[in-house]
Amino acid sequence: MFDFKLPDIGEGIHEGEILKWHVEPGTEIKEDAPLVDIETDKASATIPSPKGGKVVSVLAKIGDIVPVGKVIAVIDDGTVEPSRAIKETPLEKPSIKTETPATKETSEQIFVPAAPATRRLARELSVDINSVKPTGPGGRVTPEDVKLYSESLKKPSVKPEPELHPEMTDKLATAEFAAHASCCIPLLDIEPLPDFSEWGPIEKEQLRSIRRKVAHKMLTSKILIPHVAHMDEADVTLLEEFRLREREHRKGKPGEHLTLLPFVIKAIIAGLKATPAFNSSLDPFKEEIIYKKYYNIGIAVDTPKGLIVPVIHNANEKSIIELADAVHDLSTRARDGRIEVKELKGGTFSITNIGPIGGTALVAAINYPEAAILGMGRVQEKPVVRDGQIVIRKMLPLSLSFDHRVADGADAARFVTEMIRELSDPNLLLLET
Amino acid sequence: MVVGELKMETDVAIIGGGPGGYIAAIRAADLGLDVTLIEERERFGGTCLLEGCIPSKTLISAVELLNAASEAKKIGLEFTDLKIDIGTLRKWTESVVNKLSSGVEFLIKKRNIQTIKGHARFENHNTLRVDGSGVIVQFKNAIIATGSEINKLPGNYDLPLWTSAEALTIPEIPRRLLIVGGGYIGLEIGLVYAGLGSKITVVEFHPSLLFGADEDMVQILIGCCRNKFDEILTESKVTNIEMSSGVFISTIEHNGESRKIETDRVMVAIGRKPNTHDINLENTKIILDKSGFIPINNECRTVEPNIFAIGDVTPGPMLAHKASREGKVAAEVIAGLPSAYDNRAIPAVVFTSPEIAWTGLTERDAIQRGIKYEKGVFPLSALGRAHTIGHTEGFAKILFNPETKILLGVSVVGINASELISEGTLAIEMGATLEDLTTTIHPHPTLSESIEEAAEVASGMPVHIFKSKQSK
Repeated sequence: MFDFKLPDIGEGIHEGEILKWHVEPGTEIKEDAPLVDIETDKASATIPSPKGGKVVSVLAKIGDIVPVGKVIAVIDDGTVEPSRAIKETPLEKPSIKTETPATKETSEQIFVPAAPATRRLARELSVDINSVKPTGPGGRVTPEDVKLYSESLKKPSVKPEPELHPEMTDKLATAEFAAHASCCIPLLDIEPLPDFSEWGPIEKEQLRSIRRKVAHKMLTSKILIPHVAHMDEADVTLLEEFRLREREHRKGKPGEHLTLLPFVIKAIIAGLKATPAFNSSLDPFKEEIIYKKYYNIGIAVDTPKGLIVPVIHNANEKSIIELADAVHDLSTRARDGRIEVKELKGGTFSITNIGPIGGTALVAAINYPEAAILGMGRVQEKPVVRDGQIVIRKMLPLSLSFDHRVADGADAARFVTEMIRELSDPNLLLLET
Repeated sequence: MVVGELKMETDVAIIGGGPGGYIAAIRAADLGLDVTLIEERERFGGTCLLEGCIPSKTLISAVELLNAASEAKKIGLEFTDLKIDIGTLRKWTESVVNKLSSGVEFLIKKRNIQTIKGHARFENHNTLRVDGSGVIVQFKNAIIATGSEINKLPGNYDLPLWTSAEALTIPEIPRRLLIVGGGYIGLEIGLVYAGLGSKITVVEFHPSLLFGADEDMVQILIGCCRNKFDEILTESKVTNIEMSSGVFISTIEHNGESRKIETDRVMVAIGRKPNTHDINLENTKIILDKSGFIPINNECRTVEPNIFAIGDVTPGPMLAHKASREGKVAAEVIAGLPSAYDNRAIPAVVFTSPEIAWTGLTERDAIQRGIKYEKGVFPLSALGRAHTIGHTEGFAKILFNPETKILLGVSVVGINASELISEGTLAIEMGATLEDLTTTIHPHPTLSESIEEAAEVASGMPVHIFKSKQSK
């Protein structure tokens, strides 16, 4: 018998979400045949079976988030032992109505070591003892293990553990959860959702994968960080002239995808150097602000699966052309789902560029645990007044959302104003970044 | 005795009052159910109590006492003038059987279990007709516990051949006795008659006696039987038996060669078959498997949801203790309890001299099924208590999972092996590891230490031998 544990499929991964099982109990699987699809943070992989044999049990459901090293499937590869007199308990009690012939199992399946009284307890609690995580020596299941497992099936955890959310289907559980959450925050009143189907047709979808990850991040960010947004517009007429001209020259060469973003990154890094608070994180438990002496800029990318934020590490050491290539490379691979986990970690400041889709103003949510995020709107030609004359200029809307715990409005205003100054003249970027 | 046709209703009708049926009846009654127990024989107790385990063990104990007395000279005790009073021995055996059977009857009556004497057959899935008493039983649930009967020698001999049941009544002590079948019944009864003075010849069809047990165990048994039996013929079969002037002449074929053996009696012990053919199962949905057993699930339930089957009529070894356990499960399931026959080890015990017992996995099973195991074997010759008794033949053997160290099987060959094996069964049911056995204090000096010692050998840290752990 072989216990298949969730393998470590990438650097720093400690848990993964089950996306899809390629097998079910009873399936004969060949060595190296696809066993399960796992998504870890934002990378997904199909994991092949390291052994050939018969799948005895599958111990994680689709959508479960399981830690690396946890047994998620048991494969009978012929290496095990049940004793000659074993009769396995079928997983389900025989139905009174069944017409299929009952058979006495003289099963070849492995048995889970457990005392008779423990096995009876499992039957009593309608628990499949094969699914219980054993804590006893040699993998022995104890009565406590059975009870714990049974409770984990029945009761939603009071902690907002993500994997329990989908199971909180009954109203009572939802109400309990809401009551618990409410007692932590005065005046917070989370009512269980009404039955929307009373008013019309609905469709339900499980909160899974990237959607769930985003939900986590954003709720945490919005609850923990007092957001303030500062907005302004940059005159990028000259910069755009320069950029478009330069991009023409670079067809088929590095920098051929020269967008505004690398210039903005340059301006941001200059600003972060001047105002380190926007490149910091606040530790509320230790009551200290952690300033990062490196500049890793996250770029929000809209992918078919949802929002992900790959990071350009040490962006301050890259030229504008290198940044342009990095932005293009990361966003392309993000959309194709080919981003490595390490490329999603270590960010110190993020940019969300909604411009290509449209927008004149936005309030971006900070990518927790960073301290600030810059939102970019769409560059538009606008009538503006220059030297008493109305002229047409290309204007870029900017919005800096920041953590008011670590910085103040004046800091943000200075940061954005300085950015606008630099973006208005490519020469300044050259000079100052 | 009821005259005419009487209809009665019951929660649970149990067919057969053997160690499966009567235990099921008592458990069901204790759980508050209205129980009717139907038994064909005059007395309760079934094959085990009336003509199997109980009389045979009574006789075996008597013969062991006799053997011990005869062998005592070497330790300085001499019993002269040992006599066998066959009449008293017969009466003693009967009295033991009677005492226990009346005990069962007492237990049944005290629980107000309705009993019917007669042969029950199914009319449909909730009606039984009991021939011999003219009763029709309407039941909510039924438990089939009709047991098994002795296989007859093929050939339809019209000769007074003994069955094991007959042999256990000791009709006489034949000068020469041929035993057809070298399984546990043939060997046990053979040793009884050898002790009583018969010259024994055993004919076994398989290559070895006690076919199915591990070779190392059988070898020790064969070594001991050689002294007690006249001849052991393996891979041999009886092709003909004739009677001539009061003597049985059996033709034995071995490797294509025939020979004739003359004995004063022939006992046939070639296994048993389930009693499933004369209870009109065709009036239910139950279909027998190819060996005549009734298929059941782990609740002992048949395809008829309200009909259960236990004991020798179900697949698995034909053993009283298996039947009793199944009887409790069936009764508890009927009473609505979450019971299941999920036992992992059924002990098997052979009351030869030395005794042989095993539980859980045997090496033969493991090899056949490709199950990875390692073993620790401790010989009784290294055990103090075995020397004090003067019986050092045999060993204790533990099979375990090399990865988890969890026990898979235990075997004991030697004096009192039958009493030692339960520790192994409990250990396997509990999912015990080697460490659980090696760290449990076993009283000294006792034979039970052999189990602890075998576990120590298995762990590679034996105290009393210099043998490192073997692996297979």
